[in-house]
Amino acid sequence: MFDFLEGYDVLGAFWMTVKLTVLSAVGSLIWGTLLAGMRVSPVPLMRGFGTAYVNIVRNIPLTVIIVFTSLGLADIFGVTMGAADNFDVQGFRLAVLGFTAYTAAFVCEAIRSGINTVPLGQAEAARAIGLNFSQTLRLIVLPQAFRAVINPLANVLIALTKNTTVAAAIGVAEAAALMKTMIENEAQTLAIGAVFAFGFVVLTLPTGLFLGWLAKRLAVKR
Amino acid sequence: MKLRKVTAASAAVLALALSATACGGDSKDDSGSSSSGGGGGKIKIGIKFDQPGLGLKEPDGSYAGFDVDVATYVAKQLGYSADKIEWVETKSADRENALSRGDVKLIAATYSINDERKKKVDFAGPYLLAHQDLLIKKDSKISEATDLNGEKLCSVTGSTSAQNVKDDFAPKAQLKQYGGYSECIAGLQSGAVDAVTTDDSILAGFASQDKYKGQFKLAGLKLSNENYGIGVKKDDTATLNKVNAALTKMVSDGSWQKAVDKNFGPAGYKNEPAPKVGVIVK
Repeated sequence: MFDFLEGYDVLGAFWMTVKLTVLSAVGSLIWGTLLAGMRVSPVPLMRGFGTAYVNIVRNIPLTVIIVFTSLGLADIFGVTMGAADNFDVQGFRLAVLGFTAYTAAFVCEAIRSGINTVPLGQAEAARAIGLNFSQTLRLIVLPQAFRAVINPLANVLIALTKNTTVAAAIGVAEAAALMKTMIENEAQTLAIGAVFAFGFVVLTLPTGLFLGWLAKRLAVKR
Repeated sequence: MKLRKVTAASAAVLALALSATACGGDSKDDSGSSSSGGGGGKIKIGIKFDQPGLGLKEPDGSYAGFDVDVATYVAKQLGYSADKIEWVETKSADRENALSRGDVKLIAATYSINDERKKKVDFAGPYLLAHQDLLIKKDSKISEATDLNGEKLCSVTGSTSAQNVKDDFAPKAQLKQYGGYSECIAGLQSGAVDAVTTDDSILAGFASQDKYKGQFKLAGLKLSNENYGIGVKKDDTATLNKVNAALTKMVSDGSWQKAVDKNFGPAGYKNEPAPKVGVIVK
């Protein structure tokens, strides 16, 4: 029944999906946290930049961003992410760059909502004992904010996992690209589609369950 | 209380929407069955909407291309004049299902005949023999397949052409893959890639677009044989025979050659002689 799977590296393709997801997740968590810091900072210029970035990037379709990294950045501006001689590596790095830029906007908003759950008194108390803005954010506010937004961040992570399929548009050999290849060769749209849908459920369902459990354990009870 | 009102209202809207779509589905079925009986009804034909030279939906809503011309001719032989044809977009991945569901009666959409597909649908024709080829810049030095090693090549993600390059012709070539051929052609124009590869008929269609005229040429390598057939629902032998007869007639009365000249002319595309119905060039 599953003989159409023979000769295809399905696991390899999903491994590529995992790599894209993990690297982009780490990147967007860092960049998103920085953006959230900017959006609540006392410096108007930084606040303005953070707001503009989030509102612009999250409203551009992801496909446009990913295709732009390849057609615009690489082909026209010559940004090759240190892999000018290898299109496969180049495509992968550009895709991670695109996913990071896009997902960070959503991570930023999740974290900012977490910051809003931290009572104002916490920040005032931190100021009172002489901490400056970045110390207040780093030591007092963000640790509490993160514990409050594990569930929203899990949603962002699951969305990111599925979004990685867009990388097929610039030829990164992840799951959706292999699915296209297989459908082209085997003419079994439904069965192949089901296999890949199942693969994504296997990837995302445990993520959701684990992070949901973690969110319950770590939530700050107020 | 307020919430309940909203729920009730939305349920009503939902019910209305569902019944409306149900009606739509029914009437669609009716027209489908009447058209299969021939005569006054419409015929639904699947084509590509995004392939210049073969099947293209123009901004003004009309359709143009070689596949369109062939399908129009065939439909005429089946008893449907041009205004009785309803064009349906059939993307590559959806072609088999569109036929087996009965969404379309025929598919003329750069549909290469191969064994896997023959298990699912029947093919009339072939009506065109295409070859995998390269589109290169006018002044490019690529002249044979081995020149490709070390060059930068572009094709569409998952396409047979992209796989062929990787497996057979030039394993050492750098292969860039995009979602569509337009992106590849843009890369060729900007110099990011050295060549674009797919069927020569498709490449010729892109190269003869006004905005690219005179910039590109075909390398003429004939890297594979692609026999384009017209897809018909499995075991619909009556239609299959009629389509085959129509294709034979189209070649013999000269309409076939006229359609080739009209659609592929400007790119310097040297077409193969019209294929004989039932003869598949491996």
